[in-house]
Amino acid sequence: MNTALINMIKKDFDLSDSRIQMLANLQLIRAVELLISEKYTDQIFRCPVHLSIGQEAIAVGVSLNLKIEDKVVSTHRSHAHYIAKGGDLFTMLSELIGSPLGCCKGRGGSMHIFDKAVGFMASVPIVGSSLPIATGLALAEKQLNSRHIVVAFIGDAALETGAFYESLNLAALKNLPILIVLEDNGYSTYSNKKVRWPDNKNVKDTVEGMGIAYYNGSGDDVEEIYTQISKITSVVRNNKPSLVHLDTFRRYEHCGPSLDDNMGYRNSEEIESYLERDPIEILGNKMISSGVISELLIKKLTSQINHYVENTFISTLQQNENYSNQFEMNK
Amino acid sequence: MAQTYISLLNRAFDESLNNNSRVMLFGLGVGDVGAVFGSTANLQSKYGSERVFEIPLSENAVTGMALGLAMQGFRPVMMHQRADFSFTSAEQIINQIAKTSYMSGDVYKVPLVIRMIVGRGWGQGPTHAQSPHAIFSHVPGLQVVAPATPVDGYYLMKQSIANDNPVVFIEHRWLHQTTENFIENEHVPDLSEAKIMKSGKDLTLISLSYGVIECIKIAEVLLELNINAEVINLRSIQPWDKNTVLRSVEKTKKAVLLDTGHIEFGLTGEVSSTIYTALFGLLDNPILRFGLPMEPTPSSAALAIDHYPTIEKMLGEIKSHFGFKYDLSEAINVFNEKFPYKSKYKDQPDVGAVGPF
Repeated sequence: MNTALINMIKKDFDLSDSRIQMLANLQLIRAVELLISEKYTDQIFRCPVHLSIGQEAIAVGVSLNLKIEDKVVSTHRSHAHYIAKGGDLFTMLSELIGSPLGCCKGRGGSMHIFDKAVGFMASVPIVGSSLPIATGLALAEKQLNSRHIVVAFIGDAALETGAFYESLNLAALKNLPILIVLEDNGYSTYSNKKVRWPDNKNVKDTVEGMGIAYYNGSGDDVEEIYTQISKITSVVRNNKPSLVHLDTFRRYEHCGPSLDDNMGYRNSEEIESYLERDPIEILGNKMISSGVISELLIKKLTSQINHYVENTFISTLQQNENYSNQFEMNK
Repeated sequence: MAQTYISLLNRAFDESLNNNSRVMLFGLGVGDVGAVFGSTANLQSKYGSERVFEIPLSENAVTGMALGLAMQGFRPVMMHQRADFSFTSAEQIINQIAKTSYMSGDVYKVPLVIRMIVGRGWGQGPTHAQSPHAIFSHVPGLQVVAPATPVDGYYLMKQSIANDNPVVFIEHRWLHQTTENFIENEHVPDLSEAKIMKSGKDLTLISLSYGVIECIKIAEVLLELNINAEVINLRSIQPWDKNTVLRSVEKTKKAVLLDTGHIEFGLTGEVSSTIYTALFGLLDNPILRFGLPMEPTPSSAALAIDHYPTIEKMLGEIKSHFGFKYDLSEAINVFNEKFPYKSKYKDQPDVGAVGPF
């Protein structure tokens, strides 16, 4: 988490409590994504964006178990992973604007967030292609005897690529310290798994059959994920490649700033079920009922985080004024 | 002492592994008894199977793995016994390896080499005889080199491994048994520097890889006929040494290009365009281009004779194109006397190895 944000909230909140950290991270990611969604139509963020709203718990539950030296490889849907890994909001927003101050000097945009400084090694939007690279990063860690691990986030459609199977074979063969986090949101763009996977497909058997340890669970409850990943990462650190399969949901459209409930490829029953699965609600309610935090304090946290995100956005615009002026001149 | 291409390449690997503990070699055959035509012989036992190893037959994943290693500061060499297999990893090469340094805002260096061996003859056919130098040269972010001699191979491989950017190393199978005197500490050209193999004033012959060997033979025949041709070995295809080429053609005013790849949208078009643009109006004749026709390479020895531009055919076309006065049958006699060739099939090199390979 950014130091400025930590300084802002630490007066009122005990950040040594992992649940507070989780809640703050979830809210931070949500606030950034909502900001991108809101400002997108102003044509400020001029690149395709894939929002993570609904899927934040996985990014947070995984990354709070990682050290800065541990490596992450992401996909086209990279914002949550980047922020959770300790990525810098200013450089990310600058990258989305297309500015030279972005983490990739404006060359990558939302789909290619790279920030080696925080161990965020690459974002690879060609589905499945991140995995071969992750195996190489992991082989390097093993050769260096660093005890650092590599986490590769993938979506369910990656299981339809050859690169997935080639990489699992490599990871098992070389006993690599790699954790593959499968964020299964059930959709590849608008296509449900039903039209992409045979009814009798068994991911567990497939993965275990290739010599990789398999775990699964819900992708909605960040505390559960955090605890589960904590156990798995200690195994992975001993060069035992593993895959964790988490069910999640993508609240917004595949690519773009909006809800797409009107398109009809997800029925209303399914969409309503998402409301009950909201990771922020789930954690917040649990914390309230166990007396860790009051509803009022949660509102305060939300408001401080929103304030931080808004301020960072304003300062991003200000510091990128020269860049924006290039376009004004061409009008 | 004269050494074969393979023995010098093996030496280049050995020295690179010895000089830098981050160098790794892997690919199909690297750790087996064949040792990629002998080029990786003894290296696994010397440097261990963590640095020199066989791969599962997953070229795409292994190529991506090479990228991940390079991003962490290792210097991997991935190899293909036939270049054609690299197309299974085109995604990693074109989308990832070529672009990672750029996409990351120049944070990453990507010091890796992909060695691709190009087959020819003895039935290699449509999917074992392609030379993809033009394909990979079209992709920004990749360097492409193609040695023509054993010493070329030695230096280009060492420099490719030491280079901080990804290099596609195109290696013609027919070079493997060629020999050359190797004298250490001779002038070492830069990775992207062309080499004038023979200087001359009447005509410039420009080629790459095994095509350079053929151009040298053509030049030696022409010299007997009082035509003094200059031969340029490009060595590096991307970037290519425009200055050396333009300086030569400005002098001779006649250029012949010979490609080991297909003729359209390839090396000969690119080099011609640059020559025409720079030397417009200064040439005596239009540029003459040789390369493979726009059809897949046939397996049959009989069909392959028509597929490759033979030296006999090129001598005929050079004569008629530039209006040289030599007698073609005399030229072909000179060629046969200077370079006696025993196989009736003409689908194997005239030195060293016979098939199968």
